[in-house]
Amino acid sequence: MATVPLQHSMTEGEWKQPSRGVVAMASLITAESSIFTIFVVAYLYYLGHDVAGPTPHDVLEIPYFGTVCLLSSSGFIMLAEHAIEHAKMAAFRLWWGVTILLGAIFLVDTGMEWQKLIVHDHLTIHTNLFGTCFYSLVGLHASHVVVGLLMMLVTLVFALTGHVRAEHAYRVKVLALYWHFVDAVWVVVFTVVYVVGR
Amino acid sequence: MGTESLPNIPGIEAGIDRTPAEKRAGTYLERVHEWIVTVDHKKLGILYISYALVFLLVAGAEAIMIRIQLFFPHNDFVSPYTFNRLFTMHGTTMVFLVGMPILFGFGNYLVPLMIGARDMAFPRLNAFSFWISAFAGLLLYYSFIGGVGLSGTGSAPDVAWFAYAPLTEKAFSPGHTVDYWAVALVASGIGSIGTAINIIATVFCMRCKGMTLFRMPLLPWLYATTSFLVLVAVSPLTACQAMLLIDRYLGGHFFDTQAGGSAILWAHFFWIFGHPEVYVLVLPAFAFANEIIPVFSRKAIFGYPAMVAASVGIGFISLSVWAHHMFTIGMTSFGNAFFTLSTMLVSIPTGIKTFNWLATIWGGKIRFATPMLFSIAFLFQWVIAGLTGIMLSISPWNWQLHNSYFVVAHFHYVLVGAIVFMIFAAIYYWYPKVTGRMLDERLGKWHFWLMVVGFHMTFDVMHFPGLLGMPRQIYTYESDRGWTLLNQIVSLGGFIQGIAVLILVYNLVHSYFRGRDAGPDPWDAWTLEWSTSSPPPAYNFVVDPVVASRRPLWDLKHPEDPDSAFE
Amino acid sequence: MKLRAIIDRGWILLGMQLFCCACAWGSPSTSMFQPRSTPAHELKDLSVFVLIICGLIFAGVSGLLVYAIVRFRARKGDTTEPPQVFGSMQIELSWTIIPILIIVVLFLTTSRVLFDVQDAPKPPTALDVIVVGHQFWWEFRYPQYNVVTANELHVPVSSKDAPRPTYMKLTSADVIHSFWVPQLAGKTDLLPNRVNEMWIDPQDPGVYLGQCAQFCGTEHAKMLLRVYVDTPEQFKQWIANQQRIQPELNLQAASAESSPNPGNAGIVQAAMNRTPSNSPPTRSNVAEVSGLEPQEISPRAGQYVFEHQACISCHTVAGTVATGRYGPDLTHLMTRETLASGAALNNQEQLLKWVGDPNQIKPGSLMPAMHLSDRQNQQITAYLMTLK
Repeated sequence: MATVPLQHSMTEGEWKQPSRGVVAMASLITAESSIFTIFVVAYLYYLGHDVAGPTPHDVLEIPYFGTVCLLSSSGFIMLAEHAIEHAKMAAFRLWWGVTILLGAIFLVDTGMEWQKLIVHDHLTIHTNLFGTCFYSLVGLHASHVVVGLLMMLVTLVFALTGHVRAEHAYRVKVLALYWHFVDAVWVVVFTVVYVVGR
Repeated sequence: MGTESLPNIPGIEAGIDRTPAEKRAGTYLERVHEWIVTVDHKKLGILYISYALVFLLVAGAEAIMIRIQLFFPHNDFVSPYTFNRLFTMHGTTMVFLVGMPILFGFGNYLVPLMIGARDMAFPRLNAFSFWISAFAGLLLYYSFIGGVGLSGTGSAPDVAWFAYAPLTEKAFSPGHTVDYWAVALVASGIGSIGTAINIIATVFCMRCKGMTLFRMPLLPWLYATTSFLVLVAVSPLTACQAMLLIDRYLGGHFFDTQAGGSAILWAHFFWIFGHPEVYVLVLPAFAFANEIIPVFSRKAIFGYPAMVAASVGIGFISLSVWAHHMFTIGMTSFGNAFFTLSTMLVSIPTGIKTFNWLATIWGGKIRFATPMLFSIAFLFQWVIAGLTGIMLSISPWNWQLHNSYFVVAHFHYVLVGAIVFMIFAAIYYWYPKVTGRMLDERLGKWHFWLMVVGFHMTFDVMHFPGLLGMPRQIYTYESDRGWTLLNQIVSLGGFIQGIAVLILVYNLVHSYFRGRDAGPDPWDAWTLEWSTSSPPPAYNFVVDPVVASRRPLWDLKHPEDPDSAFE
Repeated sequence: MKLRAIIDRGWILLGMQLFCCACAWGSPSTSMFQPRSTPAHELKDLSVFVLIICGLIFAGVSGLLVYAIVRFRARKGDTTEPPQVFGSMQIELSWTIIPILIIVVLFLTTSRVLFDVQDAPKPPTALDVIVVGHQFWWEFRYPQYNVVTANELHVPVSSKDAPRPTYMKLTSADVIHSFWVPQLAGKTDLLPNRVNEMWIDPQDPGVYLGQCAQFCGTEHAKMLLRVYVDTPEQFKQWIANQQRIQPELNLQAASAESSPNPGNAGIVQAAMNRTPSNSPPTRSNVAEVSGLEPQEISPRAGQYVFEHQACISCHTVAGTVATGRYGPDLTHLMTRETLASGAALNNQEQLLKWVGDPNQIKPGSLMPAMHLSDRQNQQITAYLMTLK
């Protein structure tokens, strides 16, 4: 708010602005985090409020294997990003495929866990508050994993048919951001459900 | 009032599209098709605004019916079932199908133009956002004829716009009214989030050369803040709709108090959305004020950095005040005290903005065209709205005022007195740019004065029934409470406002065909959108603009005293 | 020209506001500005203080605004631009600091009242009342006296030397409601699965009006409240009456062996006394065969019908077989001035109308129309009129 005339140097340099894809993905991640926060808050608020039915302590087993798979997939997707940035397309396809595989294993592991809970422990979404909150929160996360895997599968198909080239590294980076988000959410969900909640 | 156009830049001539408008149009069907498949931010903006204006008339009709029912105690103009649907739909429509779309419409139209871009960051996402919002509105209104509600008089939502649980649980709302409400709002929320992502990406990534963030006009700043709020606040609404639908259809227990669920949790989640939502609605109104008031005072906005800080500050603080809607629900005294304080704090940056507007006018040379008339009324009304907001933040006093007509008066003061008045100002200000025609000033003044009279008649008086104990959302009232005459005055004012809005609609249509030619810059303004023809060509700018100050056109028109020498 | 118009309209608006105030002044009151109880007094005093501060702010800011738009309007023919002023750090600071100070004052005043009212300690002489909200009526229970009533709350008057405040615990049986009697206190919500607390200490005997203040469904508008503040003697009398149970009217006038035990189910007796019949017992069949359905319009006949229809599944009449809890307790129905939580006056005509079809008075009320015959309705009404 000066009222003294200034001298401008005519900057002929580059006009740099952040990239659209990253900003958009960061915005989407902000919105999704907000949704997850609400479900996490509901989960924490309702701990111990059940009137009847199985409690977390009774029926939950820590999903070590699935968690390791999912979190390590973040590492592999970083390898894939690195590969495409350096135009190593074969390596890119390999690490990308491994990421998808690890994500799929996580989903299967979750599925098996749910099967045990439903059939063996008789815990469904309408059994009690814990059932409602558990399936909603873990299910919300799982649905995000599914969406991520679908997008990565489409990318893999494009890569296998030769349509993905080094100049698409930027788009891969944006998609990888989403996958990292999904993993980060799992860290939170895991802590809330299997560590704090039990 | 035209000004000289931009200096002729050699080599540009060849790039300008001079096909006469009629030749470009094509057949009727081709033109309709063009509008349906468009991804042009300007056309989508116009679609949003037109859509919102249609629903403004519908929700206005709902309001008129409410006011007729409340004209006499024990009136039987509508049944209680119908009345409950009317006020639920009036609120839901005005917030989600009028407020959000019209403000996103203006954002869509103006943000790229003001920052010197050719379109939004993601044009196809933009189109998708519009069409899913439009679908949401149609779904919500289909409820009037679709399905069978509890009483068989249609399935329009009847649980109040904030749909408190457990009234919305299957046990107490066995029909489909709640389902229409929930699904329509989820769809609308997806559209809003898409637009918010688009606006943020556009503002941060697509400014023209030289336009640093601190040289950006205030409108894009406010829209970026609004969009951030949408991202953080509309998502909780989507989450609690999902929870409600899980309760209703999958046997969940989120709000099932028999199973240990909590009614207060819905209230918290809803208002975590609901309060930032009203800031989502009001920040664009501030954005319009930030553009219109300086131009008609002939002075730059006073305290630009403070305005930026205040706007962003309002955005952040507004995330911490939500439970001032819940002072009576039984929080601890510490909880009540905290939310009293946080709500009072939000008045600081809001006050800063108000005083800055005052300082902008101070020492200027005010021109009382219709946009400025609405802006001045906005300023008066905004001060009152803010003060009644402070009154409501006083939690013990809130225990009397909550859910009474005092609250209804307060929020209509904000929504109509501030937001709708600024939307009217924006319409009169930017209509020439969008259509190339000026709106009729005489009709504008009629519209303005009728709105002022009607608005004050309704919403000033409406505070008193609240102070006299009249709760809201009641389809009738007792005749011995002293509320009758007050309700009648309120209703009459409503009818007058209805007439005012109809004058506007007539003006919009009539001026499109018969209005005076506007030229590129009828108001002698300073931001980039006034450097294009009216309406702008599809590509917005012939050459990518390069700017060196906050008011690039001022610099061009006043080479002896350019802003770039001072910033 | 413009300026004149603005000022004229300003005076008209001001005149209107004053007129409205005058209008409302004399009416029976749900005005928060006519407090009759300590919480309401404290709230009103605070509100006046805040109103004054806000009024001063409004006068100041709008005065400056009016001055600005008059003084700085563009003169005809002047197309020059005014000096461009971009801002001033000192001014920005001043209008940041001063509002902060005002807010500090407001917040401290508010907190004092907030903690005073919400956390007031409960004296041992306090009366306990449990309020349960229903769609669309109020249940009041007095645990200290074993009394249950509906819709009209009786509390004793409280004074400085003989303090007897009423401390209420509020909850709901279904959805969220809100208890609001403006002259006595601010409103407090009633939530299911949660107990909220409030207190009142009314200082003047009389009737105070209020109503539900949280939208709770179709008939939210007619969920009215009446609070009767009684002198200590009146209150004692009222409690004593409420504690009486109703006699089981002599149902078996036709049969010789009628049980004198008022607590037993009259129906069991009737069944035992019934003469056997060849046809399978249907409702009307039983009545005809045993000749038990009374034809006359009398309280006794009314009680018979009352206890043989579904009335008892929702309503309680203490001392009889009717022990339903879904609807209001009817034991001392005739001590109440209104029916259906204030929707109608409690007299024979309205009672008959209500019993015949509640939807005529309160459409959407959860009491269904039972589609009984006119005679049965009249009988029930006659019975209910005895429940004093």
